[in-house]
Amino acid sequence: MSVGVSRKHDSGPLHVTGAARYTNDVPVPANALHLAFGLSEIARGEILEIDLSAARAAPGVVDVLVAGDLPFDNDVSPSAHDEPLLAKGSVHYLGQPVFLVVANSHLAARKAARLGKVAYKEESPILTIDEALAADSRFEEGPRVYAKGDVAAALDAAPHRLSGSIEIGGQEHFYLEGHAALAVPQDGGEMVVHASSQHPTEIQHKVAETLGRPMADVRVEVRRMGGGFGGKESQGNALCVACAVVAARTGRAVKMRYDRDDDMVITGKRHDFRIDYDVGFDDEGRLAGVDFTQYARCGWAQDLSIPVADRAMLHADNAYHLPSARITSHRLKTNTQSNTAFRGFGGPQGMVGIERVMDHVAHHLGLDPLIVRQRNFYPSAVSISDRTKPTTPYGMAVTDSILEELVGALAERSDYAARREAVAAWNAENDILKRGIALTPVKFGISFTLTHLNQAGALVHVYQDGSIHLNHGGTEMGQGLFTKVAQVAAHVFSVPVEQVRITATDTGKVPNTSATAASSGSDLNGMAVKVACEVIRDRIAAHLGGNVLFEGGKVFSAKGEMSFAEAARSAYLARVSLSSTGFYATPELSWDRIKGEGRPFFYFAYGAAVTEVVIDTLTGENRILRTDILHDCGASLNPALDIGQIEGGFVQGAGWLTMEELVWDDKGALKTHAPATYKIPAASDRPAVFNVDLWEGENAAETIYRSKAVGEPPLMLGISALIALSDAVAACGDAYPDLDAPATAERVLAAVTKVRG
Amino acid sequence: MVTFLLNGETVEAQCGPTETLLDFLRERRGLTGTKEGCNEGDCGACSVIVTGEDGVARAMNACILFMPQLHGRAVRSVEGVSGPSGEMHPVQEAMVEHHGSQCGFCTPGFIAAMAAAHKNGARDHNDQLAGNLCRCTGYAPIIRAAEAAEGAAVPEWMEEPVIEAGLAPVAMPESSDALADWYAAHPDATLIGGATDVGLWVTKALRELDEVAFLGRCTDLQRIEIGENEIKIGAACTITQVLEAMREPHPSFAEMLRRYGSVQVRNAATIGGNIANGSPIGDSPPALIALGATLHLRKGGARRAMPLEDFFIEYGKQDRAPGELVEYVTIPRQKGRLRCYKISKRFDQDISAVCGCFNIVVEDGSVASARIAFGGMAGTPKRAAGVEAALIGQPWTAENVASASALMGEDFTPLSDMRASAAYRLQVAGALLQRYFAEETGARANLLEVGP
Repeated sequence: MSVGVSRKHDSGPLHVTGAARYTNDVPVPANALHLAFGLSEIARGEILEIDLSAARAAPGVVDVLVAGDLPFDNDVSPSAHDEPLLAKGSVHYLGQPVFLVVANSHLAARKAARLGKVAYKEESPILTIDEALAADSRFEEGPRVYAKGDVAAALDAAPHRLSGSIEIGGQEHFYLEGHAALAVPQDGGEMVVHASSQHPTEIQHKVAETLGRPMADVRVEVRRMGGGFGGKESQGNALCVACAVVAARTGRAVKMRYDRDDDMVITGKRHDFRIDYDVGFDDEGRLAGVDFTQYARCGWAQDLSIPVADRAMLHADNAYHLPSARITSHRLKTNTQSNTAFRGFGGPQGMVGIERVMDHVAHHLGLDPLIVRQRNFYPSAVSISDRTKPTTPYGMAVTDSILEELVGALAERSDYAARREAVAAWNAENDILKRGIALTPVKFGISFTLTHLNQAGALVHVYQDGSIHLNHGGTEMGQGLFTKVAQVAAHVFSVPVEQVRITATDTGKVPNTSATAASSGSDLNGMAVKVACEVIRDRIAAHLGGNVLFEGGKVFSAKGEMSFAEAARSAYLARVSLSSTGFYATPELSWDRIKGEGRPFFYFAYGAAVTEVVIDTLTGENRILRTDILHDCGASLNPALDIGQIEGGFVQGAGWLTMEELVWDDKGALKTHAPATYKIPAASDRPAVFNVDLWEGENAAETIYRSKAVGEPPLMLGISALIALSDAVAACGDAYPDLDAPATAERVLAAVTKVRG
Repeated sequence: MVTFLLNGETVEAQCGPTETLLDFLRERRGLTGTKEGCNEGDCGACSVIVTGEDGVARAMNACILFMPQLHGRAVRSVEGVSGPSGEMHPVQEAMVEHHGSQCGFCTPGFIAAMAAAHKNGARDHNDQLAGNLCRCTGYAPIIRAAEAAEGAAVPEWMEEPVIEAGLAPVAMPESSDALADWYAAHPDATLIGGATDVGLWVTKALRELDEVAFLGRCTDLQRIEIGENEIKIGAACTITQVLEAMREPHPSFAEMLRRYGSVQVRNAATIGGNIANGSPIGDSPPALIALGATLHLRKGGARRAMPLEDFFIEYGKQDRAPGELVEYVTIPRQKGRLRCYKISKRFDQDISAVCGCFNIVVEDGSVASARIAFGGMAGTPKRAAGVEAALIGQPWTAENVASASALMGEDFTPLSDMRASAAYRLQVAGALLQRYFAEETGARANLLEVGP
């Protein structure tokens, strides 16, 4: 068995010895060139004049390019063709690339990039959600609305009604490896690009457009990224395109990497949201309906904001069966970085909205919030009949829920009820410090909501010595995709996983790939690899006369027992092809995003977390004391890697909602543009007690060996930290805390002050 | 020539005074295991082990270490943490075994920091690794790995022989006398202690520094003398040294320094630098001011002394003449009533929004003396003079403390910035006085002491 076991990350020994090669570690020729962008210094305005004389004269500078120097397309947008590589006539955010310095060293390029003088006719920027609403500055013609039932009537008829609003800050990806790219020109006008990208095909596409060449002339290779988290789905386009353009111009290898401050100032982040809610419910906390209005700050260009905002709408219900609901989504265009994909892709923001509602309802009724949540859960798969299938606000039947059982089990093993009492008793005895506890569930839809992206390809070769060369369209950013997919290949051939050589993602081997995103990496690529391996295995079996057993590295057939290598060699000598592609397209999807109807997801992944916190009511400082998680990975392909995703996802999600704060000034300058000012969790910020378990079960949907996707869902377990903080604040008085995110010490203190009246 | 040991081999390199070790390793030696994550000493991806003349291994950030700082020392990068035949170090084995790497980019820095801690027998892993950021794992498997490697023997290849360093490549005076003479003769030069601040002038502000002198070999400024009447701290003492020296006399100061930067930063940063750069948000000045410290300056042969708070005139302006250096700081011996409170978005390795230090002596139920100093509340580190006056002579009661807390707004007009709003700073400054009172009177008020 190669699947279902805790294999170590295939690159582990390379990581710990420093031998793992990232884009910036690829050796380059001595005459390689280096690039840096000159950035806009204002958030909005017309470019009147660009004086590049000092930049051109600076030591080591070879050339400086502006928009007019680009021979073909000047666009790096993944969607709406609205994102010039270099600003054309006007600038739309502070940090937008305006010109491109080409120099003989990274440092020389950075220095010269500060010497450009750009004169602007400044306009007042649209920075906030309210400013964008006032100016009707938005993407799409108006708000998108998904609805189920008559929410207005339900709210009017409900015994209780509450309304409120929560602000949810954005999040910087802070992948430890900043963006980097290397373009190496080939003969005949071809171009090879080494990228740190989750989406090599997108890079290939944008580079080809900018070079005015067919995609077949561009090959993109990605061995690994030093973290992605969605931040390398589209945001690497600019560097790769810039390198390719200059490489084509000069015939020299060209490298570009962002210094951390540039990376944070230039690239998009998680969308910040405001969510207004109006909810009706009965005495027991059962919801009759919710009316959500979601405001997403998208930044200056469309990028992936439309599907991000869609996914926020699609997770406005989270785990709860809403009899009626209306979700109105505004996609606001502002003069800030173009917000982009980030682990969860809008889902987390939508989910925070409904978890806030649950918390508020429970507080209003004086009930244990867990009981209110449980009363509203989608019924579990075991307790629904065909006639009563519960549906989401977008009309998809939820038939695979395991939350009633999973949450029950978590509440028991974390000793939730007793600890809730202990927290209350502790709070009664302590004036300055207060504890809080919360259990929050996660139900996350798995599939790209843009249905055509749910496809993947693989290329597998078996060599005559029995070694296996594996390639697929997914990229490795640390999540262990390559390891899992190699396990799949080893499992099909029943050989040790060491016999499988995992190779860099390469658009020349597998074409037309989707981004490694939407948690879909192993679901899609695992299936494609399985298909390819099975084709080869079946050919070997047919060659050996059929009725063949592959087991333990051996092949048993009418011709006797032989090693896998002997079987491969035998097939080779008989002129049997030992190479195959594999292809997979997720079945059963149909989705109309305009109507908000259909089945956007193949299945749902579930999980829940209990988090206990303590706050200091004098200062608002706060700590996570303990977190218990029970998470559903179906029949896990690799429990150790899945637990790694869950632990890391939780800490990243808790960081988003507690200490990670993005601050812009009133000119639109990002003030938190380095780790000195933008604080992601450090080692001591993880829960002091941190228990993570996998739910025993298998996916009801026919996925790769009945496993479930795990990349994004655990991030939303971090919501339990925010709600636990709200619980601790609520211990300070009678009013509802209305705690916004991120719940920094300052926001917690403001909530404490409010609650105390 | 800078002469140093690199992964056990002697290297002699011609280097500019502000060439960083990270660039040297990656670009001149092809040792690309050490990563650039932030280029400012805040993420730890570039961590290496530097062993000084004292034979102690220290994790440091290569991105803001200038090459002359390594003269006569031994550097071990991740490549050298593995044995000469590629054997893995126990922390490397444990990291693989416990799934401690995901994307792997932070991993070489973690390995360096873990190997240094392992060599020193340190087991306070959260503190040892506070300067290493990881975005993938949530740290749990990394700490499990560090714990698993605790008992393993230190591999013999981690020993660093002492080397003969020749003539220093740039000005590196070897005594305070020599330094004072050199600086008086070069009054426009920049003195570099640990380079944790000056490093960023180079890596972020992209400044060229024409004339520099390094304090790393100025051994008489690297001493702490604990006398009967005073504690004398040389300006070139690292924060690590100060932390250790303060554990017994002023444990709250030591606890605050535990949260100052990271191991990597504290191993480089000097107390003199933290004072002389005049930052309003440096963490040691408020504590030293609350302790009644005296600052000793020297220009050539001329020395003068002043209360530390008088050194800070206004934002960006200190009472220091060109060519005059901070030589040492003295603290009068006293009972340990000092409590230091650091308010920041993250507990570890963060710059304070507010740093409040309180030293209040109560006799017969009344306040006999009060020294209260803040960072982050004004353009300089500053005493809360009005609050002090309101407390002194009054009974030490919750009511009086509350009314004195309310006077912070008369002492301070803080700014709003990315770390905190002005209103929060003011509210918290008052609240910290109440915390001091609560702790002095036995109430539970320390968040970090609450267990799960």
